[in-house]
Amino acid sequence: MISGFILRALEGKIVVAIAVLIAIAILVPVLNLLTPPDSALHIPTYAMSLFGKYLCYALLALALDLVWGYCGILSLGHGAFFALGGYAMGMYLMRQIGPRGTYGNPVLPDFMVFLNYKELPWFWFGMDWFVVAMAMVLLVPGLLAFVFGWFAFRSRVNGVYLSIITQAMTYALMLAFFRNDMGFGGNNGLTDFKDILGFQVQADGTRAVLFALSALVLALCLLTASAIVRSKFGKVLVGVRDAESRVRFLGFRVENMKLFTFVVSAMFAGIAGALFVPQVGIINPGEFAPANSIEIVVWTAVGGRGTLIGPIIGAVLVNAGKSFFTGAFPEFWLFALGGLFIFVTLFLPRGIVGTIQHGFKARKALKAAADAEKGRGDAQTVAQAVQAAE
Amino acid sequence: MNTIAETRSKSLLYLENVSVSFDGFKALNSLSFVVEPGELRAIIGPNGAGKTTMMDIITGKTRPDTGTVLFEDTIDLTKKDEADIAQLGIGRKFQKPTVFESHTVWDNLELALNRDRGVFGTLFYRLSAEDKARIEEILDTVRLTHRAQEYAANLSHGQKQWLEIGMLLAQEPKLLLVDEPVAGMTDAETVETAILLREIAKTRSVVVVEHDMGFIRDLGVKVTCLAEGSVLAEGSIDFVSSDPKVIENYLGR
Repeated sequence: MISGFILRALEGKIVVAIAVLIAIAILVPVLNLLTPPDSALHIPTYAMSLFGKYLCYALLALALDLVWGYCGILSLGHGAFFALGGYAMGMYLMRQIGPRGTYGNPVLPDFMVFLNYKELPWFWFGMDWFVVAMAMVLLVPGLLAFVFGWFAFRSRVNGVYLSIITQAMTYALMLAFFRNDMGFGGNNGLTDFKDILGFQVQADGTRAVLFALSALVLALCLLTASAIVRSKFGKVLVGVRDAESRVRFLGFRVENMKLFTFVVSAMFAGIAGALFVPQVGIINPGEFAPANSIEIVVWTAVGGRGTLIGPIIGAVLVNAGKSFFTGAFPEFWLFALGGLFIFVTLFLPRGIVGTIQHGFKARKALKAAADAEKGRGDAQTVAQAVQAAE
Repeated sequence: MNTIAETRSKSLLYLENVSVSFDGFKALNSLSFVVEPGELRAIIGPNGAGKTTMMDIITGKTRPDTGTVLFEDTIDLTKKDEADIAQLGIGRKFQKPTVFESHTVWDNLELALNRDRGVFGTLFYRLSAEDKARIEEILDTVRLTHRAQEYAANLSHGQKQWLEIGMLLAQEPKLLLVDEPVAGMTDAETVETAILLREIAKTRSVVVVEHDMGFIRDLGVKVTCLAEGSVLAEGSIDFVSSDPKVIENYLGR
């Protein structure tokens, strides 16, 4: 049962994408660690970390594609799930600092000492254990998505209304996390990380492993997403996207279908956040900003929604563009992003990968039609040949 | 003459004194309507007579203000939602053909098939030989075998109507509600559709809403004429179409 579920996921393009991701997971760290700094093949550590960050964004875009591209739920709040996963990882990293903080308190992180906390808030307990923290990376975004989705989908909130309340959700969380008395470091967030599982966060080796993990986890999530969308469940999802009432009248519980997908997607986003934080070294409430969530939509649209691979390519390309523009012409980045979104909406509504795929499909259909014409002739000659042989 | 209790206990679908109003407009006005098992029934009536509202109530899309709606005498449909009612065995075809355009004809039928419709049931679903045979049988019934692997978006209007009927068959309903199946069809397609519906009605009850009087005549079944939310006349097509009230309300215009 499970093997069939996974095997179905391994369609041509997905296999190639996974192979590429595995190759990147091996090659980039090797070129970073094993080549001398003056070699032409050397990849500097900052470049590797930057690319690692793009891979986390790619996973975030993949998460959005699952709900938006396949289920028609345009979430403008996916940044919230990403940030929550990031905070769970950040809390673990904060607890690893121990007595090495400025105030030297073995239990309380610096910001708590500064804010006169006497003891650790209850929700920080257990977060010094890696396993607990990793469970929270999945559970907290998953639970929020479950509760949110339970009410929204059961009340049949759809379309633009749903988008607006997801946006409101991430905005509310941003305001809450900005408050000092929330116990998450307020404005400054969580930073100054030292160790992860006993390894120095800043060390080249740790960074290489984090990079490789980002690529491998992305590959694994891509495989899972592919298995989901290629199952009968995935076909029902597309049905929900295109003709929701038809799905209901066929006897499917649309709200359960949406809820499951939304929760899986939120968990993907949480994982992306958890991989992101040790690589950039900070998590603060700015990650909940509504604009961040809208940017995710732009990456997904540019790459091609409903293609799984498109959002990955879109996230990497747009963010590489952002890194370049903010370095070279910092004041033009937002114009470039806006312009790109308008261009894609007007001229590439299917996105990059969607447009290429559509082109191939059209050519294949033409060829199939031509073959069918020819095939009729062939079938006749074969039949004649068979008769002659008898 | 049967007593009410007897009629009810033998019925597949039983509506009594059903009323619903939207913003003061009475869409249905104490409508009573009975469908027996294995019956093929046609419903006619002018625009705004409440035909579509009646279907909405039967399939759980709209809740009635008052009245009784029973399926198989015991199940109260007013307490159930669309998915429950579909699983009970009531299928519905929309006025505008509604199929999954970005799926192939085959996938459309596979989705409609009466199997486990839960999240995990569908995630781990595998096409069995039995299901494959069933889909092939339906493809044959709705005359779409040669287009099975084609995207539904590429079908002609009439073929989409048939595909939707095929999807309803895959659902294995006990009762099929069909809203204007021949709207926009060519004459040849209309004749074919009448044959198809009669074939389908051999094994289940079918209720057809239609404006096309020629088509109703082709079906040759009992007709109910609705107007202003209640039943105006019921009987054979000749009986109904000679009723002065029907002529005044519907045919005469």
